[in-house]
Amino acid sequence: MTTAKPRSRLEGRVWQALDNVMDPELDEPITELGFVEAVAVSEEGIASVQFRLPTYWCAPNFAFLMAEGIRNEALSVPGVGEVRINLCDHLLAEEMNTGLSQGRGFAEIFGAVSGGGNLEEVRETFERKAFKRRQEVLLRALIAAGSDAKAIATMTLGAFDRLDFADPDARHQKPRYRQLLTKRGLAGRPQDLAFRTFDANPLPQDALDDYLDELRRVRINMEFNGSLCRGLAKTRYKEVDLSRDEPTLIDFMLDRVPPPEPQPDRSAP
Amino acid sequence: MYTTPEGKDIFIVDGHTHFWDGSPENQANIHGKQFIECFYAYHTALSPQEQLWEKAKFEKYSADDLYRDLFIDGPDDVAIVQSTYLLDFYKNGFNTIERNATVAERFPERFIVNGSFDPRDGEKALEYIHYMKETYDIQGVKMYTAEWNGASRGWRLNDPDAYKCFELCDKLGIRNIHVHKGPTIIPLSKDAFDVHDVDYAATDFQNLNWVIEHCGLPRLDDFCWIAVQETNVYGGLAVALPFIHSRPRYFAEMIAELLFWVGEDNILFGSDYAIWTPQWLVEKFWAFELPEDVKQERGVDLTPEIKEKILGLNAARLYGIDIEAKKKALAQSPISIAAE
Repeated sequence: MTTAKPRSRLEGRVWQALDNVMDPELDEPITELGFVEAVAVSEEGIASVQFRLPTYWCAPNFAFLMAEGIRNEALSVPGVGEVRINLCDHLLAEEMNTGLSQGRGFAEIFGAVSGGGNLEEVRETFERKAFKRRQEVLLRALIAAGSDAKAIATMTLGAFDRLDFADPDARHQKPRYRQLLTKRGLAGRPQDLAFRTFDANPLPQDALDDYLDELRRVRINMEFNGSLCRGLAKTRYKEVDLSRDEPTLIDFMLDRVPPPEPQPDRSAP
Repeated sequence: MYTTPEGKDIFIVDGHTHFWDGSPENQANIHGKQFIECFYAYHTALSPQEQLWEKAKFEKYSADDLYRDLFIDGPDDVAIVQSTYLLDFYKNGFNTIERNATVAERFPERFIVNGSFDPRDGEKALEYIHYMKETYDIQGVKMYTAEWNGASRGWRLNDPDAYKCFELCDKLGIRNIHVHKGPTIIPLSKDAFDVHDVDYAATDFQNLNWVIEHCGLPRLDDFCWIAVQETNVYGGLAVALPFIHSRPRYFAEMIAELLFWVGEDNILFGSDYAIWTPQWLVEKFWAFELPEDVKQERGVDLTPEIKEKILGLNAARLYGIDIEAKKKALAQSPISIAAE
């Protein structure tokens, strides 16, 4: 089996690439959320990705954005020439899977099933929220470290890049915030302002608290959704066993069960 | 009645309960199956271990279960039972007003039955509102803006057909419009979770009370912003409250936001029975205190007086419940013992 090793390495790269696909509503990678169930890459370079959302009813617009992200990220991996996506047990699974296999675009399929829904609007709305969520973490870390409103509002990207946050959440969000900042064209050169509103305005130095209030609402909402989605994903298909706390079939299927402890050799006398 | 550890009696109005039939026998298709399974996932994801039900009971429970869980084992004094038709998913509907009315009739004084309608039915919706008022004397309705209807994948509160219905509600004195703005139910075209239509409707119908169930989750941020501008907008805590057990910190931050933006007079308790039962929710809510940093940051507190408003006084005001008279009536009711 000479092909086994390179193939699984390629699959590893696809998994890695899928870390860049976010749930738009939660701004967390779909791989960490446990939505991606299987990745396989054939010898011909066809990547098959199977994903499942926490409920059958999860908003189709998000499902479509995630599926599109999966395709784009998987295609970015050298050696992958084609991507086949399989959305499981979802209200629109059939429409999406069939549409994609017929080579129709996401926008077209989504527009047809949603009566003219526009994915771009949804993408924009949730990019705005993700931006605020990431920015809030950094602003609060800076304030906690003693920066005042003026220092924050006038900080340059060059100075931002030199920041070294102690707070793990801020460390995590720093590159993610920067990535959105540059993607949106809000900053790029070292002398550009590091902090702006999503609509490209400078931060309100005199009313930074009000601005932070707004960001807090976004964060609380996102955290809440994230918690809910994780809870639902975990319990999906799981029947309650009221008698004992042992793993059920679904735990084995989802690989949530640690390997069994080595059993003592009962055949020994 | 909930008696606090300090010995104080708290009058409980459960603003959001159901008497549904989601059993396989009643399921019309895969959607019906997936719908109740999704509810069950909410139940299992957010309930304390010792409160979990087996699936078969969850799918279809009896009127006796309902009565016992709410009023005998549970602390409710009055429960508002909402109607949810879902006739595309369930042969006899999920919990129709007829089904709710039978249980309300069996246990007098205990239930307030709310109706439901779909403005996309046009004239028929108007006729149905008349019918519900005349037959059941409803004071409120529950709206599902994300519900499917033929080719339609949802509607908005400020659609012209909806306005006709709300004008009629206003005229007939159906004042409490509960709107499901929350997770799980068929969010399809555009963003059916969107809460901005509440803003229009609440401004244009000042006589009506707009109770946004689940506080607009998963759009709490937008909801808070709207609620602060409208005095006739209320937030129902169903779905939000169970987080008090699994994620108390999130709950603290969320209730602080609601207290700040929506206000202590405009938040309503709801168990969302049978997804959750009221006893543990009320116990935990009563015992809950905001962490000091959240209090400081938001400048709000969750005092016993505020808890009492949320647990019953606010809803009693909306539904015109005379609490002293109700207590007397309940004390004389023999059913609370007979159903034991």
